[in-house]
Amino acid sequence: MSTFVLILATGIGLGALYFLVASGLSLIYGLMGVLNFAHGTFLTVGAFVGLFAMQSLFHSSDAIPFFAAMVLGGLAAGLFALLMEQLLIKKLYERHIDQALVTVGVSLVVGALLAGWFGNDLRLMMLPGFMNEAWMVAGAAIPVDRLVYVAVAVLLLLGNFALLKFTRIGLVIRAGVENRTMVTALGVNVKLAFSFVFFLGGFAAGIGGVLIAAYSSGVSPLMAGSWLIYGFIVVVVGGMGSVGGSFAAAMLIGILKQFTNYYASSLGDFVIVAVLVVVLLTRPQGLAGKVSA
Amino acid sequence: MSTLKLTGVKVDIKGSQILHGVSFTAEENKVTALLGRNGVGKSTTIKSILGIYGASGSIEFDGQSIIGEQTYKIVKSGIAYVPEDREVFAGLSVRENLDLAARDENPQWDLVYDLFPELKTRANQRAGTLSGGQQQMVAISRALINKNKILLIDEPTKGLAPKLVTEVADALARVAGSTTMLLVEQNLPLVKRIAENIVVMDQGKVVFEGSADRLNDEVFVKQMLGVSGGHN
Repeated sequence: MSTFVLILATGIGLGALYFLVASGLSLIYGLMGVLNFAHGTFLTVGAFVGLFAMQSLFHSSDAIPFFAAMVLGGLAAGLFALLMEQLLIKKLYERHIDQALVTVGVSLVVGALLAGWFGNDLRLMMLPGFMNEAWMVAGAAIPVDRLVYVAVAVLLLLGNFALLKFTRIGLVIRAGVENRTMVTALGVNVKLAFSFVFFLGGFAAGIGGVLIAAYSSGVSPLMAGSWLIYGFIVVVVGGMGSVGGSFAAAMLIGILKQFTNYYASSLGDFVIVAVLVVVLLTRPQGLAGKVSA
Repeated sequence: MSTLKLTGVKVDIKGSQILHGVSFTAEENKVTALLGRNGVGKSTTIKSILGIYGASGSIEFDGQSIIGEQTYKIVKSGIAYVPEDREVFAGLSVRENLDLAARDENPQWDLVYDLFPELKTRANQRAGTLSGGQQQMVAISRALINKNKILLIDEPTKGLAPKLVTEVADALARVAGSTTMLLVEQNLPLVKRIAENIVVMDQGKVVFEGSADRLNDEVFVKQMLGVSGGHN
């Protein structure tokens, strides 16, 4: 029983990190149709800024500096995303192949710059003491850091929900995901919503970057690779443009991966790809996605 | 004074020329019906006015050139659009569809709910679950919620049951007297009822521009539209 609970808890924690990577990807693709391969760069930028904020600004690994660094990492990644959107993506609306190529280019260039500057070695991140502790739940010692990841993911999900449901910009985003042309034909500058969504997606990825650094015990220019792939899988399984769908899919994939790795000798990646194939073949719009007209 | 004037408008979509120099004027406070067989470029003309399709030539609205402007700026200058096939936001409620469109300081909620009281009772219902006629009411209301200078309405009665056609036609007739309207419509009885002027298109060009009275001429209707005057 305790093993089951432990695997479940760590699976949910992993799913929370997947969600942080995927939520921005999902919104950006859903609203703008941009397949953003630079999303992993947002994550890396957030992680580096978070690390340096903890080391340089706060000189501490206590809880409050850690969370402040996490927010700073999120803001830095959000601003980076906004800058990229303004300088590059904005000029390429409706040119999806060019957008994909440019975002791949950005990820390569920024990755190379970071590697040249800092090297590819893992830079250790000191975690607040409480995140190295464990809580006993049903006989299982649940690492507290997993609970932090889940709490942040849930907060982000609720924040996203509130923003989308109760604000004017949220209304524009929801409508824009359905039919961008019609939104502009109602006199709404949907490009402002595009920019905001890029910022939001970068912010979530930056927060995720700091937490992934905590999960991986450090920061490296190479850290984003597999997380980005899982982010894309979550977005496809959850349904493009659906943040709630991404949350459900992230949890499903995180839990499934942990259980499979434990009971079937590290076949987790294989099972997740199998899930992706099944979803693509049987429900290509994803769990919460809508069928395109 | 003319409100909307097109001169030599050409539209090319993916290498195929759809409009070959369309010219006509929609006069202020009058209903101009844009007529023609399917596929002659009526909807493309509307979308080129809105900037949804890039166009060359000249499009002037209230004396200002709007060609090349971004769609949202064109709409904010006072042009409202009711698209063919309604294009309501299925995942949003009726009220949210209208809220999204409302940009005036004092949106015309009373007018909208007076024309279509049903929308008030269905305010929280998802637009995607409405019938075709109810969705058309939402689409028309989105255009009427602001005090616009001109309405571009693309086939508002298409696919509706006869009772709903009457309801939509009555609503359009009520606003017709007080606003400029460019109406694409296949329903000739409705056109005869509310339009003062007609523009007939064929193969991406205007082949007739004049009074809607010509629709009472069976020979003209048969020749221009390929249908008899009292039907379709």
